[in-house]
Amino acid sequence: MTIDIVMPQLGESVTEGTISRWLKKPGDEVEEYEPICEVETDKVNTEIPSLYNGKMGEILAQEGQTVAVGEIICKMEVESETVSQAVESDKPISKTQERNEADTSMKHRYSPAVLRLAQENQIDLTKLSGSGKGGRITRKDVLHAVENKSAVSIPAKNVTAPVEKRKVKETPPLEILVEDKIVPVSSIRRTIAERMVKSKTEIPHAWTMMEADVSGLVALRNKYKNDFAANGIPLTFMPFFIKATVDTLREFPYVNSVWAEDKIVLKKDINISVAIAANDALYVPVIHQADEKNIFGIARSLQHLIHKTRNGNLGIADTQGGTFTVNNTGSFGSIASQPIINQPQVAILSFESIVKKPVVIDDMIAIRNRMNLCLSLDHRVLDGLTAGQFLARVKERLESYQVDTAL
Amino acid sequence: MPVISYIDAVTEAISEEMGRDKSVFVLGEDVGVRGGVFRATNGLIDLYGEDRVLDTPLTESAIVGVGIGAAAYGLRPIAEIQFADFIMPAVNQIVSEAAKMRYRSNGTWQCPMVIRAPYGGGIHGALYHSQSVEALFTGVPGLKIVTPSTPYDVKGLLLSSIRDNDPVLFFEHKKLYRLIKDEVPSEEYTIPLGKADVKREGNDVTVITYGLMVHYTLDAAKKLAEEGIDVHVLDLRTLIPLDKEAVLEATRKTGKVLIVHEDNKTSGFGAEVAAIIAEEAFFDLDAPVSRLCSPDVPSMPYNSKLEKAFMLNPEKIAAAIRELAEL
Repeated sequence: MTIDIVMPQLGESVTEGTISRWLKKPGDEVEEYEPICEVETDKVNTEIPSLYNGKMGEILAQEGQTVAVGEIICKMEVESETVSQAVESDKPISKTQERNEADTSMKHRYSPAVLRLAQENQIDLTKLSGSGKGGRITRKDVLHAVENKSAVSIPAKNVTAPVEKRKVKETPPLEILVEDKIVPVSSIRRTIAERMVKSKTEIPHAWTMMEADVSGLVALRNKYKNDFAANGIPLTFMPFFIKATVDTLREFPYVNSVWAEDKIVLKKDINISVAIAANDALYVPVIHQADEKNIFGIARSLQHLIHKTRNGNLGIADTQGGTFTVNNTGSFGSIASQPIINQPQVAILSFESIVKKPVVIDDMIAIRNRMNLCLSLDHRVLDGLTAGQFLARVKERLESYQVDTAL
Repeated sequence: MPVISYIDAVTEAISEEMGRDKSVFVLGEDVGVRGGVFRATNGLIDLYGEDRVLDTPLTESAIVGVGIGAAAYGLRPIAEIQFADFIMPAVNQIVSEAAKMRYRSNGTWQCPMVIRAPYGGGIHGALYHSQSVEALFTGVPGLKIVTPSTPYDVKGLLLSSIRDNDPVLFFEHKKLYRLIKDEVPSEEYTIPLGKADVKREGNDVTVITYGLMVHYTLDAAKKLAEEGIDVHVLDLRTLIPLDKEAVLEATRKTGKVLIVHEDNKTSGFGAEVAAIIAEEAFFDLDAPVSRLCSPDVPSMPYNSKLEKAFMLNPEKIAAAIRELAEL
C-alpha cells in the first residue's frame, strides 16, 4: 500500500523545515532508518530517516521548498501490515452526528436565551419548529421568528399557550405490544381532549356536593310518566333537574356568567348545555332560553336534542351559546363525580343516581330517595359561598316537588 | 510592513525598549552569550553589553528575587524563566513578594517587572518542557498575566508590560515562536493590557481562547465555514486583567460559548470565564457553556501518539464547535 511520509517535528519550537536535498528518488528501495532526505530548519540541519522498509514513491516537496511539520513530503510503497496501525490512529476524531429528524426529545427544552427572547417578543414557542438537535428550538429559530413575527406571535389575551405547552409535554415513551390494538384519534375525540385539557389546566376547579331528598320528585315523575309517554315524550328526571337549575340560575347571575380575563360577563339568556354521550363521544347540545320553558317544553327539547345527537344531525346552532351545563351522571349509576367545566362557562352540575337510603327524619329512621348534586365551579368567578347558596337552592327546589305539584 | 515571527517580535520589543529606556535590563539562564535557548534575546548582549543582559545561575528563585530587588530599586527588569515548567522555585518570590509589594507598602513601593516564560506543548518537549502554568497564577491578585497569540500582539503587549508599574507574567507559547509570522510595525506601538481581541467575526458559536489555541480555533473555523458553521473567535490576550466586557459581548453574539485552552480543565482559567458568563449573561445563553481543555493528567507525555492524544488540535476543536452548533 502507498503511505504518506510527513515532515517530522525536528526540535522544540520548530514548526517547518526546508528540504535541502532528496537522497532517494522515486522507485528506489528504502530500508528502515535509511535517510531519505536532508532538511534545514532555523535550529538544526538533519537527515530524515525512513520509518519503513519499502520503495520510494512520488516526491511532493521539492528541494528548496519549506514545508510545515506534519505536511506530506513524499509517498512511499510499503507492505500493508507494517503501517496499518499507524494509519488507523491518524483517523480524524471528528464525529459527524447522524441527525435523526424524527427525534423531538429536545423540542420543549428551552434555553434561557430562547425563553427570554420569546417573552420579550411575544413568540409562542409551541408554534415554532426547532432546527436544533432533537428538535430543539434554538436562539436563531426565535430570532428568525421575531423577523417573521405575525405567524407565531401570541395574540393579545390569548391564554391557550401554556395549556398547549403542557399538553405536548406529556409524551413519555409508550410501549406498544403486538397484541395491543391501535385506534386512531378521531377529530371529535381530539376536540374533546383539547377542550378538557384547556379547561382543566386553565380553570381553578373547586368542587362541592350536596345530598337532596327527591322522594317527592320520584313520586311526581312516576305519576306523569305515562301521560308524557302517550304524547310521545319520555319523561325522565332530567327535565325536573334542568327546571330546578334554570330557576335557581335566575337568582344567581354569577353562576350564569362567562370569565373574560379582564371582566366577567353576566349572561342574560339562560341556555343549558346538556352532556349527552353518543357514538363513543361526548356532545353538549344546548337548550336555548331554557328559562322560558316548562317541564313539558324542556322534556321535548331534550328529546329532540338526544335524537339529533344519536343520529349525528346536530347543527352548529344546537351546540352554541350554552351558559351552564348539567350532566346526568346518575343515568349510568354514578353516585359522585367531579365534572370538568365546559368553557367559557363557570360551573357545571352533575345529578347523580337516585338511591334509596335510610335517613333520620325527626329522630325517626325513614327510607327515602336520595340523590347527590355535584357542582364544579370556576374559583376565579365563584366563591364557595355563592356556589353553596346556589346548590342549596337547587336542592331546595328539587325537594319541594311533591306528588301533587302541578306541572 | 515587515513580516516577522512571534519570537522575533519578542526580541524586537525587548531591544527597542532597552534602547529607549536605560532602566530596562534582561536576566536569566543563557540569555546573554547564548542569546537564550529559543534565541529570544539573540544579539542583545552585543547591543547593550553584559551589564544589561545578565546570565544567571540555574536558580529561578534568584532570577526573580534579584529582579524584584532591582525593580524596587527603580529598574525595569525582564526576567526570563527558560521554560515555564521551571517557574516553581520562583513561586514564593512571585506570589509572596512581587504580587504584594504595592499593597503591603501602601503604594509607596512598586515592582515594575516582567517575567517572560515560554509555555505550552505539542512540540515533543515531554513533561518538563510542555506545561501550561497560567492557572497557578490567575488567582493571585497583584499579578498581571499576558498570553499573546500573534507577533503583532506580542510586540504591543510586551512593550505595555515592560512599561507597566506592576509585575507582569508574560507567557509566550513556544510552539508559536516559529509557527506564526505576521506584519509587525517596526516603529513602537503598545496594546493595552486587559483588552481582548476578536480574531474572527461569526454568528453561530463563540469560542473564547488564548495562545496557540487561537490559531487552532481559527483553523477549525475555516474548515467549519465550509460546512456553513460561522465561528466567532475571541482572543483574551491578557488573562488578568480579564476583559469581562469583551467576554460578555462575545457571548451575546451567539448565545453558544466554547472555551478552549491547552491547560488542563479542572480549575483552568476557562472555569473563571464560564462562571462570569453564567453570572452575568445567563439569559443570553442558548446552550450550556462548554470547555474543551487538555485532560487532567500531570503533564504532557513524550510518546508522540500520547502527546497527540493529550494536545488539542483543530479537529478536536472543530468537533466541539460542531456539537454546539448542532445543539
